[in-house]
Amino acid sequence: MILSDGGRTIEAAVPLVKVDNLSVDFKTRNGIVHAVRDVSFELMKGKTLGIVGESGSGKSVTSYALMRILDAAGYIAGGRVRFSSIDIGAATEAEMRDLRGREISMVFQSPRLALNPIRKVGHQIEDVLRQHLQASAANARQKAIEALRHVRINNPEERYHSYPFELSGGMCQRIVIALALACRPQLMIADEPTTGLDVTTQKAVMDLMADLTREHGMATILITHDLGLAASYCDDLIVMKDGEVVESAPAEVLFKAPRHPYTRKLIRATPHGTGTIRELLPEDSPLANRPVPASPKSAEHKTTPILAVKNLVKEYPMKASAARRRGEPAPVFRAVDDISFSVGHGESVGLVGESGCGKSTISAMAMRLLDPTSGSIVFQGQDIGAIPAGRFATSEQRPRLQMVFQDPTDSLNPRFSAARSIADPIRRMGKLGSARAIAERVEQLAELVGFPAHLLDRFPHQLSGGQKARVGIARAIAVDPALLVLDEPTAALDVSVQAVVLNLLVDLRARLNMSYLFVSHDLSVVRLLCDRVIVMKQGRIGEQGDCETVLEHPTNPYTKALIEAIPHPNF
Amino acid sequence: MKHTEIAIDPFAASVAPEPAPAPDAGPPLRPHGAPAGRPSLSLARHLVYVLKSNPMTLVASVLFVVMLLAAVFGPVLAPYNPLKSEAAAALQPPSFSHWFGTDDLGRDVFSRVLVATRLDLTIALAAVAISFVLGSIVGSLAGYYGGWIDKITGRIIDTIMAFPLFVLAMGIVAALGNSVENIVYATAIVNLPFYARMARAEVNVRRDAGFVQAAKLSGNTDLRALATQIFPNALPPMMVQISLNLGWAILNAAGLSFIGLGVNPPTPEWGIMVAEGARFIVSGEWWLALLPGAVLMLAVFTFNMLGDGLRDLVDPRQRT
Amino acid sequence: MAKVKTKSSLVLGRVVQAIPTLIGVIVVAFLLTRALPGDPAVYFAGPAATAESIEQVRVALGLDKSMPEQFLIYCRDLMTGNLGESISTGQPVLSDVMSRLPASLELTLTALLLSIGVALPLGILAATQPGTWIDHLCRLIVTAGVSLPVFFTGLLLVYVLYYLLGIAPSPLGRLDFIYLSPPQVTGFYVFDALIAGDAETALAALRQLVLPAMTLGLFTLAPIARMTRAAMLQALGSEFIRTARAAGLGWTKVLFAYALRNALLPIVTTLGMVFSFMLGANVLVEKVFAWPGIGSYAVEALVVSDYAAVQGFVLTMAILFVTINLLIDLAYTAIDPRVGFDG
Repeated sequence: MILSDGGRTIEAAVPLVKVDNLSVDFKTRNGIVHAVRDVSFELMKGKTLGIVGESGSGKSVTSYALMRILDAAGYIAGGRVRFSSIDIGAATEAEMRDLRGREISMVFQSPRLALNPIRKVGHQIEDVLRQHLQASAANARQKAIEALRHVRINNPEERYHSYPFELSGGMCQRIVIALALACRPQLMIADEPTTGLDVTTQKAVMDLMADLTREHGMATILITHDLGLAASYCDDLIVMKDGEVVESAPAEVLFKAPRHPYTRKLIRATPHGTGTIRELLPEDSPLANRPVPASPKSAEHKTTPILAVKNLVKEYPMKASAARRRGEPAPVFRAVDDISFSVGHGESVGLVGESGCGKSTISAMAMRLLDPTSGSIVFQGQDIGAIPAGRFATSEQRPRLQMVFQDPTDSLNPRFSAARSIADPIRRMGKLGSARAIAERVEQLAELVGFPAHLLDRFPHQLSGGQKARVGIARAIAVDPALLVLDEPTAALDVSVQAVVLNLLVDLRARLNMSYLFVSHDLSVVRLLCDRVIVMKQGRIGEQGDCETVLEHPTNPYTKALIEAIPHPNF
Repeated sequence: MKHTEIAIDPFAASVAPEPAPAPDAGPPLRPHGAPAGRPSLSLARHLVYVLKSNPMTLVASVLFVVMLLAAVFGPVLAPYNPLKSEAAAALQPPSFSHWFGTDDLGRDVFSRVLVATRLDLTIALAAVAISFVLGSIVGSLAGYYGGWIDKITGRIIDTIMAFPLFVLAMGIVAALGNSVENIVYATAIVNLPFYARMARAEVNVRRDAGFVQAAKLSGNTDLRALATQIFPNALPPMMVQISLNLGWAILNAAGLSFIGLGVNPPTPEWGIMVAEGARFIVSGEWWLALLPGAVLMLAVFTFNMLGDGLRDLVDPRQRT
Repeated sequence: MAKVKTKSSLVLGRVVQAIPTLIGVIVVAFLLTRALPGDPAVYFAGPAATAESIEQVRVALGLDKSMPEQFLIYCRDLMTGNLGESISTGQPVLSDVMSRLPASLELTLTALLLSIGVALPLGILAATQPGTWIDHLCRLIVTAGVSLPVFFTGLLLVYVLYYLLGIAPSPLGRLDFIYLSPPQVTGFYVFDALIAGDAETALAALRQLVLPAMTLGLFTLAPIARMTRAAMLQALGSEFIRTARAAGLGWTKVLFAYALRNALLPIVTTLGMVFSFMLGANVLVEKVFAWPGIGSYAVEALVVSDYAAVQGFVLTMAILFVTINLLIDLAYTAIDPRVGFDG
């Protein structure tokens, strides 16, 4: 036997975290909600576990239960959580406090909100070090700076004095990581650590976390909705749905041979650089086997574009008091800097870039919701850029140009029923007179977008995200537009819903003979829907061309970085 | 801190929204699979929930109805003529025949308090109505268009708010002349900033909301989108404000008449009755001042409780 | 990278920002003196005036000149501290107001200290223990507090504590007539008496102060407690508190260094509004307790239609309030590092 080495063998065999049949309940006004039911898993030292699920699956609640930082209404209703040799459920609050931050730490989503807004970041790190007696009053500052340097922050001495509002989102997340790693814990829980960050920043943050945890031999739990991300960075995966674990397996096994139908559906729905838009749908979906309709390009599309944008510029004034005092002209910020492009008849063009690149500003100007500083916007031969945005609502061209918005919740009036939202453009601009005709048209549109007619008199808060997205689409196509701008129409949706909505958009385009301008941060989604793609960076066009060409053989280094940053597991 | 950004009304202090739960942090409010009810039904259910969890709202609703009845039928129901003095019955403590006692001229205090309801409520309602209408128009335009409209109205409102409000009301009544009508105007002017700022803030946060842009794409002009899409959404918090503000308007008007402005002596009014009774406190005739004062307090309390209940009804998350 | 202004330039900026408000206040005060129905000269001359004295007033106030001219004269008078003469006292309004201001300030500041001292701990306790008796108590006090007419509370306290129990002294002014007022140093009787070494008078002044300060304090208790509770609840529910908890920080550290410091921002902002209500309520409390401050001065002036005195009072209160708001702004600037950051 391996007696000589026995101690170590046994230690290695004892999991760092062992969760048995964990259940978490919440007391709500409608009675008790079982947020997490019968969840069991193990995590060995130095390993990375991914917990994947869509919104409401209970993945975050599970991790809060692990640290016992549930909201007041939530409590562990059953099961056991062991960390090393400690029974988390039975530990006193004082014991838990010693454990949190020192042995188990957590990285949260929305890093800017996760930091105390009015305390210097250096002091916040010192607080943790001092609390766990990892530093004395004398050396706390030096150790805090050390922690900042550790997460590869330049000029840590200077950053020590920064407040969170002075730092970018990616920088804030580094600070949160520094805070979590300051006491060298054995386990780090990362709860959607990159949600809201740009893809390139996401990759930098994830790589940093992976490096540091490997360096210290730490165990990690990564909680995410992004299966691709989880598979790229985790050893083992757990898939959760409605508070229960549906499947758990090593990442590679789960990805290559998923057993549970839900896992299969999730994997299919995650865009991964190959395959058609139909392959996002579950295998048993009736749509999944239908051919993808080609985009309705007509012969004339090369010669006369439906939309031609020339030398478009949008400037915003910056705070000018200092410059004005010195007699200089007020400085301006160019959100859109001399952009020209066109969209052909029946063509779909993707407008891709990270946050702040100006893509939404362009779409708002093309939609005539915002006036450009200079440049022309020619739509069907008419320079609509010359019509002020304030007067465009009554223009002849208004019904021809419509838009589907990013956030289906925000874009529906909370006091309008679904039917009223869809009917609004018909009432204002349609040729239909009678209430009866309008109601019929609304029902027809609902059917077209697959929105159940019996839900038409519901209000937005009574609809699911996917249903709200359908209402938004029905409203946009209600007055037969020629060009539809899709502003990140699926960014707020779960992947499985995104798959359905994308397919709906493809079918509608063919059926109604529309052109799309598709604004997105996600190259892999754009590829599925568009003929051409325009990559933007800081208000300028970095690269444009056919989707296939740009994605397969990017020439611009920024495009390359964007493509590389898309997480895809390499197996 | 610019004044336009601060929470302007301590009564509305709890409007500061609590953070929405993170998408995945809490359980869904509705258990999975439970169908959402029809709007009217779910509102009724919600009403029952609010009343159950806060029975004071129910009490306040009952008191409110009683007050309305008193305002409408007060003069008919009053057991005595509120103006008729009777020297023989002066300064009698509360008894079965005179519930609230009698004053130094022998007038029945209860009858006077009852009859005063109409005047006090009318002053408050008229003042609040004026400031609500003007304030929401001005505030909505400022919040929607921004620019110079916003700058000018903001400056005017800041100037009004630069005065202690009750003091400004005193100054206005003193300048315009001592009448009930001017009390209404003064109260309306000092209340105006609350509505204007609230409307401005509520409209401003929705100005760039997706549904407003969608409305413009649907062919709604700016003014139409403001009136039919944005303002109805800003209305619920303003209704709460109205209810809370009514209480304050009553207090303000009563305070003005307490120091001798507005209402002239023989007319029964709560504030002036307290003022007239004040000199009898030190000699022990407490009912003269304290009973009208208690009724006044109850009226203000009713509106405040009603406002709280309304707030719960409008948004249960904002409950503090 | 955006620029962060230095604290000193921020302070200067705040002071400069108060100037347009001050101008607005002066314009409104001027308009109020000219908005009088009928002939302002008649009003300013007082009810017992003759045609001759009215004409005198008209010329003195410049009412025979054009509006812009009148405004300039008004501003010039303000600069030299000329607020006109009070008809009832025969003294310049400015000296009347100045001699009575300390009494009002003594009352207001004592009441403010009282109410902050109770409201802040109450609000914090209620926010940290939601659903317990202290939370319910806080809710009750808050709702009842905003509903209490301040003159009603005052009279009730007088009736119970003076008439029934005999604990409190008679509600007549700052000092019982058997004592002499102490030599003026600060204008606050309690301090002045202590400075003069007269403990008995100090105690007597303090006894007189208790009831009116309690009345006014009860009135302001509610908004401060309400805001404290709401702000603490919001701060405690925010994500950085979860981070601090997940980092294992001690409860007191989380509560005071993290939650309370953030909650202080809205609380400090509320204080501006609280002062607005307080200065108004001050008038009523002074009337109830015959407190010889500027509030009761204004009430007396109103009764005899002494307009110069009333306008002087309104203007003084407004300038006082603008100054208080400026101080609050400066306090805010000191607490919040984000002020002055342009992104």
